[in-house]
Amino acid sequence: MELTPDLLKTLYRYLVTTRTLENRVATICQSQNANDPLIVGKGYLSTGQEAISVGASVALRQGDWLAVGHRDMGAHLVRGITPQEIFAQYFCRATSLTQGRDENIHFGCTEKKILGFISHMGASACVANGLAAAMKYRGDPNFVLTTFGDGASSQGIVHESLNYAAVFKLPVVFIINNNRYAISTPVQEQFTVKNLSDRAAGYGIPGMLVDGNDVVAVYQNTLKAREHVLAGKGPVLMECKTMRMCGHGTHDSAGYVPRDEIAAWEKRDPLLLMKERLVKEIDFTEEADKKLNLEVNELIEAAWQAAAKGPAPRAEDLLTGVYTEVNDGRNDLRRGDTPSPLYRHGR
Amino acid sequence: MVEMTYGGAIRQALFTAMAADDDVYVFGEDVAKFGGVFGITKGLYEKFGPKRVKNTPLSEGAIIGEAIGAALYGLKPVAEIQFSDFITTAMSPLVDVAANYHYRNNASLPLVIRMPSGGGMRIGNFHSKCLEAWFYHVPGLKIVVPSTPRDAKGMLLAAINDPDPVLFLEQKRLYYTVKEEVEEEYFEVPLGFARTVRAGSDLTLVTYGAMVGLAVEASQEASKQGISVEVIDLRTLTPLDEATLKTSLAKTHRAILLHEAVKRGGVGGDIASLLIENCFEDLAAPLLRVGAEFCPVPAAPTLEDAYLPSVEKVLMAIDRAMKY
Repeated sequence: MELTPDLLKTLYRYLVTTRTLENRVATICQSQNANDPLIVGKGYLSTGQEAISVGASVALRQGDWLAVGHRDMGAHLVRGITPQEIFAQYFCRATSLTQGRDENIHFGCTEKKILGFISHMGASACVANGLAAAMKYRGDPNFVLTTFGDGASSQGIVHESLNYAAVFKLPVVFIINNNRYAISTPVQEQFTVKNLSDRAAGYGIPGMLVDGNDVVAVYQNTLKAREHVLAGKGPVLMECKTMRMCGHGTHDSAGYVPRDEIAAWEKRDPLLLMKERLVKEIDFTEEADKKLNLEVNELIEAAWQAAAKGPAPRAEDLLTGVYTEVNDGRNDLRRGDTPSPLYRHGR
Repeated sequence: MVEMTYGGAIRQALFTAMAADDDVYVFGEDVAKFGGVFGITKGLYEKFGPKRVKNTPLSEGAIIGEAIGAALYGLKPVAEIQFSDFITTAMSPLVDVAANYHYRNNASLPLVIRMPSGGGMRIGNFHSKCLEAWFYHVPGLKIVVPSTPRDAKGMLLAAINDPDPVLFLEQKRLYYTVKEEVEEEYFEVPLGFARTVRAGSDLTLVTYGAMVGLAVEASQEASKQGISVEVIDLRTLTPLDEATLKTSLAKTHRAILLHEAVKRGGVGGDIASLLIENCFEDLAAPLLRVGAEFCPVPAAPTLEDAYLPSVEKVLMAIDRAMKY
């Protein structure tokens, strides 16, 4: 797809929205009353690595599925999850996508074709395969984009999934968001290959190495990968190199990261790089940037304030939905006995 | 009605489900032309082709992952785990993703995982275990353990048509050792209902799976001593048919919980607690459990026989319960 000024501005707008939203999450975490917190649990941010999530997900089409990782707030926004829904999730409200049953980034949305995230991370890769296998089964011209970090890349299930996808030539693009740290453990303590994309050779699939701080590069390479997998040539492993410019969560000051490492990456901030590009290449000014930031900021402020008004989930709903409720009579208890608490199936 | 073995009934259920619904497909290790290590999927590949009957690499985690993704997409996947013992390498997708998916994400996962389970076949620790207690502990999974060919067919069809993840624990020692007349057409045996195998008035013997046969044998022995034993086959562990257990206990006032799985930490202990909590006034004797010994499954016949529950062990428990 052509890099029109509109597309470039859209990419930048998503970067700014993601950064602004997550900055707000961080300030709420820092300032909230510990005895009556607004945000339940911690914030898990993608600061400094927004370009991967935004660039890759803008390359998706409507029927494509997304199986996200920790640092994918941008993708949620691109897929149409609203900032208010995200704050409702952070605040564990009944109005959130998980009805307050899970917190922060642990959510998905079937309607918007986003797989529910789990903390075990690697398992999303094997489920992505299943979605892709089903697309192939039905003959649908779509693919699955799944992302996970350098940390998850060491999990057995990830290797299993890559091989499995290769064997069945599944339309899956596996993106490794290599942000150099698995909580506190640096990449040199996690693996010995130079690039994680080199592992692709071991599965007999193409590996791609991409600058994860360049949103346009991520976008264009995802399009290339998309084309490859949709041609029936099997999966692609794409490593996007970046740097986590925050702690693992808002509770983590990341004191274990050397200062000069941070300083070097600050110069390569994905928002900064994209803004410079816009100013240089299209009709975009510092003035326009200020205006955009103000506008996005207002949107985010309104979103979290509206989300905070949502009700907490009711304790009496604790046991609903552990199983699918069906009332087709097929599974009714035969004597009209009271169903056991485990038995959520009958009337 | 046609006479079917337990394994044949499962095969027939797969044929029936796949013929009825194009969204049903089967995959797992060696399930295609080879027909599975127990021959259960024999003939499916020839009839339905490679798209719907698929061999996989030795990747249990990826197999469960495929089942979850395909179910979420709207298909009705039926995955085979070659031996239930091998599910250990797939616990994360099963327990962390599948089990809680509906609760957290409000989306149903209509998937079935068929797993040959249980021992008595002299095939050692890695091919004989009964692991249902692990899954019984996990909210969101359904657990089916059929004991007869008719139940095996009807409950597999019900499981395939069920909106939630179902673990279908096939009792491999029954595959070719039991047979009965079974309907040829499509029918479902609904999940969540126990079956009273044999009515009795003195003691309730609660069991499931391959132990149902042993329970019947023990109850016949007991009747020679004038003890009338009611045998209940749970058939599904989740959902659990508590009502049938309570009704039986109100009549017999004594119960023994029998399963092939290791006694310690088993389903029997939980059901005993449930009965104590809910039916204490009905009890005339302590609730007793009979299960496998607390050791890995040994291979030598002398050892495995000593490890497994036996008619003698059940009769000893009956004697003890009847002393009260």
